[in-house]
Amino acid sequence: MDLVDFTITSAVVIAGFALWLLSTAVFIWGERRIVAKMQSRIGPNRLGPFGILQTIADGAKLFFKEDIRPAGIDPVVYFIAPASSAIIAMLTIAVIPFGGTFEIGPVLDLPLLDPIDIGVREVSLQIWDPEIGMLWILAMGSVAVYGVTLGGWASGSKYSLLGGVRSTAQMISYELAMGLGLAAVFVWNGTLQSSAIVEAQSRLLELGPISLPTWNILPQLPAFALFFISAVAEAERPPFDLPEGEGELVGGFNTEYSGAKFAMFFLAEFMGVITMSAITVTLFLGGPAGPLFGLDGTFAGALLGLLYFAMKVFAFMFVFVWLRGTLPRMKYDRLMDMGWKVLLPIGLVWVMATAGIVVAQETVERGTVLRGVGLAVAVLLGIVLLLPLFERRRGVEPADGDVEGDVAASDDTLGDLRRVIDERTPDRVSVES
Amino acid sequence: MFNALRKGFGLTGKTMFRRPVTTQYPEVKREPQPRFHGRHILNRYEDGLEKCIGCELCAWACPADAIYVQGADNTPEARYSPGERYGADYQINYLRCIFCGLCIEACPTRSLTMSHEYELASDSRESMIFTKDMLMAPLPAGAKPTPHTDAEVAARGLTYYPGPAAQRTIGGPPARAWHDPDDPATPEEAVGPATVKLGGGETEPPTHGEH
Ligand code: SF4
Ligand code: SF4
Repeated sequence: MDLVDFTITSAVVIAGFALWLLSTAVFIWGERRIVAKMQSRIGPNRLGPFGILQTIADGAKLFFKEDIRPAGIDPVVYFIAPASSAIIAMLTIAVIPFGGTFEIGPVLDLPLLDPIDIGVREVSLQIWDPEIGMLWILAMGSVAVYGVTLGGWASGSKYSLLGGVRSTAQMISYELAMGLGLAAVFVWNGTLQSSAIVEAQSRLLELGPISLPTWNILPQLPAFALFFISAVAEAERPPFDLPEGEGELVGGFNTEYSGAKFAMFFLAEFMGVITMSAITVTLFLGGPAGPLFGLDGTFAGALLGLLYFAMKVFAFMFVFVWLRGTLPRMKYDRLMDMGWKVLLPIGLVWVMATAGIVVAQETVERGTVLRGVGLAVAVLLGIVLLLPLFERRRGVEPADGDVEGDVAASDDTLGDLRRVIDERTPDRVSVES
Repeated sequence: MFNALRKGFGLTGKTMFRRPVTTQYPEVKREPQPRFHGRHILNRYEDGLEKCIGCELCAWACPADAIYVQGADNTPEARYSPGERYGADYQINYLRCIFCGLCIEACPTRSLTMSHEYELASDSRESMIFTKDMLMAPLPAGAKPTPHTDAEVAARGLTYYPGPAAQRTIGGPPARAWHDPDDPATPEEAVGPATVKLGGGETEPPTHGEH
């Protein structure tokens, strides 16, 4: 690696991390504004136009706050936990291509300097592009659990420990489903490298007069749904934000943290949303791919890719916010049920089906018929596998006449409740709504 | 389930494009409802005399023990209120007060009422104990600050206490300020302030029945 390479790499790394941090700040502000709007409020509006500087103020406040260390902590682990959370959040995004590629050279013509011959270099807006990119994401996801567990454990408080255990249980169960969603994609695209997955999606599928981008979201719709649901749970965002259940856990695993260390957890959590959105975009929506208007390979083209990528990621971040603004928190047993009993089996079936389709395509030279057959088999298999699950669901419905059962069986819950109450208290006059 | 999802997400989606209902509080201040319980105010009669007679009924009524009253005798040279006594020292501790209004129910002279002032935050405990000078209503226009002399008060010929309780003292110096028992309607009762806006010293008509 010579000096030019080193400079280019450093520039990309610095630009990349700066962009991620910036978008985290924007996201924290944006979420507060948008959720406020959804609740007929205004949200932060004190600092800067539309309160845009609020995040900076919040950050500054957190970092200068008194740092309280409870007695009975494990000092080393107590410090490592938040740091590892933040570092891992950063490391995950390293493998995501956030813009197009472009070429510089052969001669670098800088102002005030003599032109330098550097040869043709290809630069891609991605911090690191290992061949095992997707595995790296999975691995980092698993390591992220440590930050939470250790934080909960090192605090020496029962609330924190409970919160940590809860978060860990949730993250592990959803990690499996998420991994299966990922697996389906890399079986489909035949590669683990994130840039190659993006590359595979940037082709155009000519269907007569219209040409469609071959984004994975279309052929891999089930994997997309699976992945996105697990991503929300993995990022511990509403409606799956149980690790924070204020009622029972106060603040979850980070109860005993304050000041800068709390800010680290906070940062990691919000970065998690961006990471998850970015991974989803990379895997299913073609990453930075988009119409380039003949700018391929130029710097402007790469920036255009960055713009497309940002737009897609922001769209997903908006979905995260909308979920938060709309859905109430789930019950913990439902969350676990959904992870283990719904998402996991669906994921398994879908990975199998994808593998079947891919193998069929390769052996019978992209036979469309076989593709259909593979899909049908997969769907059948899925139904057979999932049937017992729904069977049991139906079995546990409460007997007729039970108040809860009556209510649960009806969509019009309030009206039904009223009817049940009226039936049981015939001497009371029914209240008309 | 899909219908429920559509409804839920639709609601939040729609609300995003509606005007927020937020009041920009420190810049825009809304007048509270007439019955709002703000901080207390000690009222005066038209001529500036204090209504408080130092009876301590408010202090006794207070469930939070927030009021401290010390009464003292009026003298012919220094008259603060009509009648024998006046509230010499009057304090309300707003760290204890729960704004229940029981004290104003107890007050026999409608001296104590509640204002619409709600900005009571402070960063010291001492400043949350309001003293008489802070609670006292501003002087009505043209009125003289207390103490007055009995001669001045008698010259005005006002009736402070209408009804059967109002009787002239026979012989000796009048313990009460002069009043006219044949004239039941006094300026004070006509506009007896249930709520008093701070600032101008003007009064509002009462919003609930007399006590
Ligand atoms: S409002 Fe209630 S608590 Fe406050 S001083 Fe009056 S009686 Fe006491
Ligand atoms: S404010 Fe009213 S109740 Fe309290 S001491 Fe004065 S006259 Fe009596």
